[in-house]
Amino acid sequence: MMEFNFKIESGDFTNAGSISSSVKRALKQLNVDGSVIKRTVVALYESEVNVVAHSHGGEVVVNIFDDCIKINITDSGPGIPDIEKAMTQGFSTASPEVREMGFGAGMGLPNIKNNTDDFDLKSEMGVGTVLKFVNYFKA
Amino acid sequence: MGTTYYHALTFRDDICIGCSHCMMVCPTEAIRVKDGKAQMMDDHCIDCGACYKVCPVGAIVVEQDDFSCIEKFEHKVALVPALFTGQFPNNITRDEILQSIYDIGFDDVYEIEYSVDFLSEQYLEYFKDEDHEKPFISTFCPAVIRLIQVKFPTLIHNLMRIKAPLDFTAMYAKKSLIDKGLDADSIGVFYISPCAAKFVAIKSPIGEEKSVIDGVLNMNFVFNKSFKAIKSGVSKDRDDFHKALSKNAINWSLTGGETNNFPNVRSLAIDGINNVVEFLELLEDDEIEGVEFLEMRACDEGCAGGILCPGNRFLTVEKLKNRADFCQKKIENTGKTPAKKLRSYDDYLIQNAGVGKINARSIVKLADEVAEAMSKMKRMFEINGALPQVDCGICGAPSCQSFAEDIVRNKADIVQCIFVQKILEQNEKIDSKKSVEVMKSIWGDKKLDKNSLREELKDII
Repeated sequence: MMEFNFKIESGDFTNAGSISSSVKRALKQLNVDGSVIKRTVVALYESEVNVVAHSHGGEVVVNIFDDCIKINITDSGPGIPDIEKAMTQGFSTASPEVREMGFGAGMGLPNIKNNTDDFDLKSEMGVGTVLKFVNYFKA
Repeated sequence: MGTTYYHALTFRDDICIGCSHCMMVCPTEAIRVKDGKAQMMDDHCIDCGACYKVCPVGAIVVEQDDFSCIEKFEHKVALVPALFTGQFPNNITRDEILQSIYDIGFDDVYEIEYSVDFLSEQYLEYFKDEDHEKPFISTFCPAVIRLIQVKFPTLIHNLMRIKAPLDFTAMYAKKSLIDKGLDADSIGVFYISPCAAKFVAIKSPIGEEKSVIDGVLNMNFVFNKSFKAIKSGVSKDRDDFHKALSKNAINWSLTGGETNNFPNVRSLAIDGINNVVEFLELLEDDEIEGVEFLEMRACDEGCAGGILCPGNRFLTVEKLKNRADFCQKKIENTGKTPAKKLRSYDDYLIQNAGVGKINARSIVKLADEVAEAMSKMKRMFEINGALPQVDCGICGAPSCQSFAEDIVRNKADIVQCIFVQKILEQNEKIDSKKSVEVMKSIWGDKKLDKNSLREELKDII
């Protein structure tokens, strides 16, 4: 097992994608199947953007096992008021500024779910959000 | 393991001075220095030619067929890239240049881009097919294809599986002569190449059994022969207007030459191997949205920057753009369709337009199995963490990172690092004799001969 830790700063769109890029590089070296790499990169990239755009900042813990990759993304709030709504395609609370940058189309969370094998999202208002997902290397 | 890869670029040990310039610029980190000489890692090299450009002593050579091989064929056809006409001084005309190719021994001359108008229509058909993965990456530049095969295996499905103008023009040239009654075996089709990558694409084609091209000649070699012929006065005056090219055809091999054909398709044109690598990383990271077509070329300014082009690339581009505008006007005035004859072969060419499966062959993976790769990766991180991150290349590898990778692949020894040597010497783990031995194994005996410093340096040291 290997563990990687990363921090995400709120509002730092410039670096959104750097974590998924590092994880991609590792998965390529581990000879993980290309389609799994693609799905993982999409899910992680979307998650990074979510934390940058909506939260006060957070961290990512990546654990790579022989047969799967587990990723936990934790932020320090403010939290998602209505998870069911947030999971709806096209729903977005992104500010006009964020949308201006090409983000906030309301595709994020549903897209993450579509690109992961196990998906778990928990949020508490005023505390923060924890997103956990797993992708398996072999079907 | 066991697979050998064909390359047009070879290093001549008798000329190489072991300076490591090539090692430091290789985009796939395919070069190491050993025994005082540059050595190529066969499976890593994509024949882009970056090393060739920086070699200070000309130790890197580009293979080509011997010119006499054209004599094996009764009917000799030369395929010349349009940019060949951009290599000569302004006072020499396109007609004189193409005429000179006849004079040096060919029976037929076509500019490769003769098939471009046909091909750009095929691109649009390809774009329409829902089964094809977006963004479509052009397969015009063979170095880019190989770059994706070795470093970006997840993007392999984005490569367009369609042949290049060279193949179509060659197929047309051959078929039209056969239809005139010539024996197929008597026709030899030769390509005059601006780069090393094309040579490999022909000798060892990807996704194809055998190329339709019978031989490859380097452009700088043919340039010398042609120039000489022109200087001594070109002979016959041919009316080759039926072979005239459209504006888009002339510009095809330059940067933007493909994308310009598709104003209604969101496309980007990227040139320069490092720019291509940077963009492919972003594409792989899923950070690129909505781009439908990518034109990517290993060389700066497209093929005008090819390593075998004798002319300056910026001047070549200027000349070609002028020629393209001139031709466009001429076509408009005469109302003639360029490359009309080829268009009667559309059906034949379409039948043979496809390219077979392009396989990934990752040089990035540390092992086939995840578990084994992971244990190597852990060790690699540990080693790299201890290395100085100076990327000096003294170990014989281009960077600390690649050196760490070499160690876990059992291709290098940690003691090759000069910093590690100094630390081990301080701790009396190795003596200076051993460290000199190690350095000699990388840089050769000559550079480390204790008597090699010249007399005049004696006082300083």
